[in-house]
Amino acid sequence: MTRVPVERKVLSENDRLAAELRQGFLQHGTLCVNLISSPGSGKTMLLERTLAAFEPDRRVAVLTGDIQTDNDAQRLARYGFPVRQITTGGACHLDARMVEKALAEWRPAPIDVLFVENVGNLVCPSSYDLGEEARVVLLSVTEGEDKPLKYPATFHRADLVVLNKIDLLPYVPFRIDLAREYIQRVQPDAEIMEVSCTTGAGLDTWRQWIEALSSVRSSGNGNS
Amino acid sequence: MHEMSIAASMLEAVQAESTRRGAHVLAVGVKIGALSGVDSESLRFCFDALVRDTDLAPLSLEVEALPWRHRCRHCARDFPVVDYHTECPRCGSPETEMAGGSELEFAYMEIEET
Repeated sequence: MTRVPVERKVLSENDRLAAELRQGFLQHGTLCVNLISSPGSGKTMLLERTLAAFEPDRRVAVLTGDIQTDNDAQRLARYGFPVRQITTGGACHLDARMVEKALAEWRPAPIDVLFVENVGNLVCPSSYDLGEEARVVLLSVTEGEDKPLKYPATFHRADLVVLNKIDLLPYVPFRIDLAREYIQRVQPDAEIMEVSCTTGAGLDTWRQWIEALSSVRSSGNGNS
Repeated sequence: MHEMSIAASMLEAVQAESTRRGAHVLAVGVKIGALSGVDSESLRFCFDALVRDTDLAPLSLEVEALPWRHRCRHCARDFPVVDYHTECPRCGSPETEMAGGSELEFAYMEIEET
């Protein structure tokens, strides 16, 4: 029996596809944002509020992942921007192959900002690079503020954590100071934002964050 | 539960290695970090279930669990993170960064001599 070293990642095939996607996004000046959260934290609602605020001629699109139904795509399509549903048929996360396949079949017009709404799940999506520029994790105040400690694999890869539903803070025991502390413990470099998709609080900051990344991305684009 | 997808990816890699070498792979070693998002026991269960009915059987899975580690940005101390304490145990700085724990990597394969 011989032991041979094999030095590569288990998900190297996913990482290879993700690198291809990332290269494509870079070439086309597309900002790709991967949104991850538990079911019910408000990913779709945040996207609805985000799409509603874009000018109609803005080149924005959404890929939304669910295990079943195209309900989210129907909700998001009302805003007039291209939306495509990825129905995973059981898989608890999106992977780079699903994104690549959806984009290849879809062939949307050139996009400045592509939002990818992952399957609602705080564990499995964390392992799969989708070629995104930014990973955004949502945590709503109706959940436990210790979620960053319970799901560190997801939070430690976040570029931005959005604390959603802050209009409900008077009615729930969620401690936002603790949530911030826990996020910083698992991911000291994450930005943190407080928003309410119901009242609109904090959404300007969120939009500015997206626009700032998008303008960096499109100005770095060599063949616009 | 994405361990089934991960086990399937592992078997694809073992199959490729086996074909390339023209030899049976007896065991595959992987490194799994504490923050990889992968549960070793669940992975083992899925791996064994998938291997059972394939030409790759018998094939064993050997898991090396790696701890969550941080490195201090001030004094460069590399330390394991215990109970989510990410501040540096030597100089006390809160400015530390991840130095390990997200691994999900192959380490080796045991190949049958031919």
